[in-house]
Amino acid sequence: MNKKTKYGVGVLAAVLLAWAPATSGTAMEGPETVQIDALAQYYDAVTFDHTMHVEAAEDNCAVCHHHTTGTPTDDPNCVRCHNTSQEGDLVACQDCHAKNRFEADYLQQIENNPRLYHRSKVGLKGAYHLRCMGCHQEVGAPTGCEDCHSRNDAGDKLFHAGTYAPAPGSESEGHH
Amino acid sequence: MAKINRRKFLKTTLAGGVAATAVAGKQKNALAGGSFGGYPDSMGVLVDLTRCVGCRTCEAACNKEQGLPAPSRSFDDLSVLDKTRRTTESAYTVVNKYEVSTQDHPLFRKIQCNHCNEPACLTSCFVNAYKKTPEGAVIYDPTVCVGCRTCMVACPFYVPAYSYSSVTNPVVKKCIMCYDTRLKFGRPPACVESCPREVMTFGKRKDLLTIGHDRIRNNPGQYVDHIYGETEVGGTAWLYLSSAPFEEVGFDVALGTQPIINYVKEFLTVVPMVLTIWPALFAGFHLLATKKSKANETASAQDTK
Repeated sequence: MNKKTKYGVGVLAAVLLAWAPATSGTAMEGPETVQIDALAQYYDAVTFDHTMHVEAAEDNCAVCHHHTTGTPTDDPNCVRCHNTSQEGDLVACQDCHAKNRFEADYLQQIENNPRLYHRSKVGLKGAYHLRCMGCHQEVGAPTGCEDCHSRNDAGDKLFHAGTYAPAPGSESEGHH
Repeated sequence: MAKINRRKFLKTTLAGGVAATAVAGKQKNALAGGSFGGYPDSMGVLVDLTRCVGCRTCEAACNKEQGLPAPSRSFDDLSVLDKTRRTTESAYTVVNKYEVSTQDHPLFRKIQCNHCNEPACLTSCFVNAYKKTPEGAVIYDPTVCVGCRTCMVACPFYVPAYSYSSVTNPVVKKCIMCYDTRLKFGRPPACVESCPREVMTFGKRKDLLTIGHDRIRNNPGQYVDHIYGETEVGGTAWLYLSSAPFEEVGFDVALGTQPIINYVKEFLTVVPMVLTIWPALFAGFHLLATKKSKANETASAQDTK
């Protein structure tokens, strides 16, 4: 088993179980790669190069992990409460960002907790795309859908693309 | 004496004798009074234009969910954004691109039915095909639609489309907020669920207004301090946040805060009275007038004898 696959397996487990609490705020406690497949439906899973992104973020975990990894956040909205937040037990995106963000049971959970502050916390898919693409736009990294994940057959079908593309010349936009 | 205008004249002269129709008029008023304000726990969608990148996934998801005809171009073909599009019988939602003066990048805006609290389409429909559900959707019954297209004229957002392609049974077509397949089961519309960047937040309308105002407050300078749809035409279930002036991203900012029904309800309550009373009234006038001239005719006929 080479190093990468070994890490891959470890990371999968880590993503499922939430990462083990690290002992200090240093960045390299994290995994080398993360297999992002929790939402894979129309696109294949993404193998996220964590090490590379740690370097890109210059060891500042807060760029992605807010206040949960021990490195302080500098977001003015967050520091009001999380200025001295310690490293948390939950650090994976999906530990906090829900997959079922708009389903009735999740909305009910929010409603049942009137004191909850983070009422409009984005769901998992929103968290990935807003965070990843936000940064990618800033630094000029790729932002196209298929720059990060390749669309599968179900995706082609949804988009009427690839083998499901409409025949050329069938230009009718319909009427109002 | 107070100046009597046409409306006052009609009210004062006709109201007394037409108690029955006046009561009917009042009931109509209660149903579409222009002060309803929406069902308390109705759902809505808050659209944040600053998040949309124009990927058209919502269009693809809508097409699939609603079983709409295959598009003429793939949903990943972004060249369609070069033209401003409207909703059609085969596309209940479309994304448009807007170059704005305040930013160096375009903004994208998805359009679909805004699901008004007091829908003009509903009040304009004389066969009562439309219904505003307690969940917030404006739905319609295509089996009773007679294809008059009055709702298309009434809609301040130009949303309902017409199935001109159907020879035998053309009807109105529009977004129903996925009511049949999702909303009534407490699930978000397909477009909301499909959006990769959570441009759309689904929830109770009243909560969305709080979320929207919080987002404006917590991100100073990022948003125009207004939620489009909070008050426009009496409020809509779909609400919008924008970083550019709303008129630059295709919104009509001159619609006012009154539901469309308010502009016509006074006139409309008079219509049944006019229809029931005027024939009798003017037939009476006619008879009276002609009786006199008939009498004159008879009199003059006797004179010549």
